[in-house]
Amino acid sequence: MGGEDTNNDLMPLVRVRDVSKDFANGVRALEGTSLDIETGEFLSVLGPSGCGKSTLLRLIAGLAEPTAGTIDWSGGEGPRRRPDLGFVFQEPTLMPWTTALANVALPLKLAGVARSEREARAADALGHVGLAGFERSYPRELSGGMKMRVSIARALVTEAKLLLMDEPFAALDEITRRRLNTDLLELWQRTRFTAVFVTHSVFESVFLSQRIAVMSARPGRVLSELTIPAAYPRAEAFGTSAEYAALCRLASGRLSEAMATQGAA
Amino acid sequence: MTARIVAPLVVGLLVLGLWEAVVRVAAIPPYILPGPLLVARTLVSDWSTLWPALLVTLTITVQALAAAVVVGVLLAILFSLSRWIELSFFPYAIILQVTPIVAIAPLIIAWVDDVTISLLICAWLVAFFPILSNTVLGLRSVDRNLLDLFDLYGAGRWRTLVDLRLPAALPYFLGGLRISGGLALIGAVVAEFVAGSGGRESGLAYRILESGYQLKIPRMFAALVLISVAGIAIYLVLSLLSQLLLRRWHESALGSDS
Repeated sequence: MGGEDTNNDLMPLVRVRDVSKDFANGVRALEGTSLDIETGEFLSVLGPSGCGKSTLLRLIAGLAEPTAGTIDWSGGEGPRRRPDLGFVFQEPTLMPWTTALANVALPLKLAGVARSEREARAADALGHVGLAGFERSYPRELSGGMKMRVSIARALVTEAKLLLMDEPFAALDEITRRRLNTDLLELWQRTRFTAVFVTHSVFESVFLSQRIAVMSARPGRVLSELTIPAAYPRAEAFGTSAEYAALCRLASGRLSEAMATQGAA
Repeated sequence: MTARIVAPLVVGLLVLGLWEAVVRVAAIPPYILPGPLLVARTLVSDWSTLWPALLVTLTITVQALAAAVVVGVLLAILFSLSRWIELSFFPYAIILQVTPIVAIAPLIIAWVDDVTISLLICAWLVAFFPILSNTVLGLRSVDRNLLDLFDLYGAGRWRTLVDLRLPAALPYFLGGLRISGGLALIGAVVAEFVAGSGGRESGLAYRILESGYQLKIPRMFAALVLISVAGIAIYLVLSLLSQLLLRRWHESALGSDS
């Protein structure tokens, strides 16, 4: 038992090895890419539009199967039907016909949790994302940023160990996005889930993550990894520091290299 | 809001006034064209004949609509569960829809002994297609990401149907229901026309036929007015239902209450 635990600590939470993905229309989205996701880290996947970042995320979530290669979990089982996985889509993806509370409680409902318990936990999760008091609101009564918060609460309500986020704030305005970035980091520090954050924004990836995986243009592949050594908590001030600017320059350079690589291939 | 009521009301009164004036000035005999006042008087004086006839027609309409909802929704669910069932049966649903009811009503009336049931079948045939096609469309118009989400949390087909596909299809279904409400009435009336005096109970269409034979044209108009009013009432009731069910979330029901 103890030996296994130690073993699990050494293993990454998710190990992606030489994964390729071809779509039915013949487009190769990913080509032989590898990536380790360490337990508890905040990892960003950075790449140009259409580089297969989202596809990689869907493969990790088990929403699609790789054409080649393997995706292993430290538990040894596939990701399918894993209750401790949360997914945040690019759009809030809420059910418009029901309340914020019922939307957040959905994963618990599908897992067969009793009504009173799931509503209590959903209300709790809404509180964590700063939406206490909005339990009875319908999605159309909420702003874009609030809808995204509901979406995050839903992903975390099952106490997910791994939160997969697919450019969740891309459609939001700059001010809302900054607020959500800061709040997301605070939430991450408090709950310590493992975060994988897909983005095409250099600034966002540097601000949020401990590690950035940079992907080339299609067919996508993780070309390089970059560690962001800055300490947490990272407040608004970090976003204006010289350190941040230097790291952004570094990440930006890596992204340019990654995009150039595709052109040469 | 008041403009929505007043404007069509003014137009209606103007047309009625013009109609009455033309009938009087040109001295058109009532068996050619009765004026609106005479039609209104006939409606009152012949109420004891017209009211039971209206009830007969409305009963058939409502029963046919209910059957159309049950069969349409069940078929739509079946179609959404299996691509093969849909591919195999949908063309026949379309054939039923495009075949003129006037053409098949005599057959149905000849085959089915009970006239009331044959009328019901005719009205149902006309009414069920919009519900079927709209509900199929709605069941299919589910947000892909929400489907992925349900998949991610291990929801089976049944839970996905109940918690995701059916609620998502509700606005589409209600749209189909509003069309079918009017069609069920038309189907019932057309079938009554074809059935003629065969039924034990006579609906409004039979009263219209009868008035035509007897040259009681004002009564014919009165029956027509009743059919129109019934159609409008059905539409309003179904619109209200739609508004009530969708008012908290769907775009189509917004604006008037918020």
